[in-house]
Amino acid sequence: MITAERKPIKEIKEMLAPYRKILVVGCGSCVAECAAGGEKEVGLLSSALRMDAKASGKEIEIREMTLDRQCVYEFIDQLTEVIDQYDVVLSLACGAGVQAVAEVFPRVHILPALNTTFLGETKEAGLWVENCRGCGDCKLGVFAAVCPVTRCAKGLFNGPCGGSKTDRCEVDPDVPCAWQLIVSRLEDTGRLDLLRKVHPPADWSKQQGKGPRKIKREDQRT
Amino acid sequence: MMTESRLKNVLTSGKFAVTAECGPPKGADPEVVKSKGKILRDHVDSINVTDNQTGVVRLSSLAACALLKAEGLDPVLQMVTRDRNRIALQSDVLGASALGIRNILCLSGDHQSFGNQPQAKGVFDIDSIQLIQAVRKMRDAGEIIGGDKLTGAPQLFIGAVANPFADPFKYRAARLATKVDAGAEFIQTQCIYNLNRFKEWMGLVRDLGMADKVYILGGITPLKSAKMAEYMAKNVAGMDIPEEVINRMKAAPATEQRQEGIRIAVETILALKEIKGVHGVHIMAIEWEEAVPQIVEESKLSPRPQA
Repeated sequence: MITAERKPIKEIKEMLAPYRKILVVGCGSCVAECAAGGEKEVGLLSSALRMDAKASGKEIEIREMTLDRQCVYEFIDQLTEVIDQYDVVLSLACGAGVQAVAEVFPRVHILPALNTTFLGETKEAGLWVENCRGCGDCKLGVFAAVCPVTRCAKGLFNGPCGGSKTDRCEVDPDVPCAWQLIVSRLEDTGRLDLLRKVHPPADWSKQQGKGPRKIKREDQRT
Repeated sequence: MMTESRLKNVLTSGKFAVTAECGPPKGADPEVVKSKGKILRDHVDSINVTDNQTGVVRLSSLAACALLKAEGLDPVLQMVTRDRNRIALQSDVLGASALGIRNILCLSGDHQSFGNQPQAKGVFDIDSIQLIQAVRKMRDAGEIIGGDKLTGAPQLFIGAVANPFADPFKYRAARLATKVDAGAEFIQTQCIYNLNRFKEWMGLVRDLGMADKVYILGGITPLKSAKMAEYMAKNVAGMDIPEEVINRMKAAPATEQRQEGIRIAVETILALKEIKGVHGVHIMAIEWEEAVPQIVEESKLSPRPQA
């Protein structure tokens, strides 16, 4: 999933300062799973903004809405009827959702309430970890299902750097050394020989070669 | 102007090599590099210049190597993959050779979060092993990554680093072998304070048949004080300083600690000379180049051969 964190309330308030009528729009997908931008978080943020406005004597009007997905037109269309009644949309979607809404409504002011962070997994309650960079050329098959591009701080393809000690990454001792994981997993499954091969330089053009990437599938375009 | 690698000549003629490290200044003054070169001249075969080590901005390794080269010394250009992509790296490899630099040491580099630009973007387009392979191909096949032909191949003696003290330990010797497969011709190791573990690692290296395929230079860093030993043991990634070494430094009076550090370095070098497969030493006297002549002298490694 795509993970995100809510911006500090101070930053959100500063962005909203010029506006009075605010449409707060959440997203029920990834950012709801990571408790940053779902219906519950839309409610909490809206209450906080209302209370703050009251305390500072500012008159504001907030409407809360949460779309199933803020990155798909069919759901964004639910905003069409109401969006013109507001000065601004405060979006609790990831960066993709914010931009998708902006694309549909070119004249509307839209502000991000979240900092989109990474592609990751829910490790345990309240803990999300990054494990995919979307490089467009997945090699998990040869790295024992541990991604060195994402989970090694230096993104090394050919073994651990000289800083790994007692299976921790030198950059952050809270993080396991990805290469220690790869070596142990390959050793445990009798595939250590995979590491004697030199992996050639990655093809980063699949990640950032010509600006933003797109996937186009004719079979889906009916 | 000398056009051959002195380091390569010393090693291939079967002599025990001595190299030293020169950290460039945090400024533009060429005299700092030249004066370090002057201290080390006549005591070592080659001088290895670090590339923004620990992610701290310094005078560039390439420029410092060119300054040393102009003084008639044999520099080893350190090149890390942290700061430059494959376009810049390969371009600098060509530039280095054009400037008469004949040795290169390929590393991934300390992570940028350790230095004075922690907000920098780490490049890591390629890793150290891919850089070794790329330089080897440029030199031997006259080809860059992707296969384009060069109009002239760079002439470089190619090195890499190894850390016998990092984990996973058993894999460390195999990693050295991969570096050799990729094209490394000489190896500089992490600083050796734990001789037992180093000997164990060398055993694994010999078992893999690598002792005859690559020249291994043992890393030596003389300790300046007990405090430095404790700091390094605790804070420097991949460093292994056993308790007894720290205690030995502590036991020496403060004014004697530098000499004790030199004594430990000399004893380590004398032990390394006896280990099969060790072909030389690389002395990294951090901001203490003046210690090198004494260490070389007392390790019975002077005078250096004319190569």
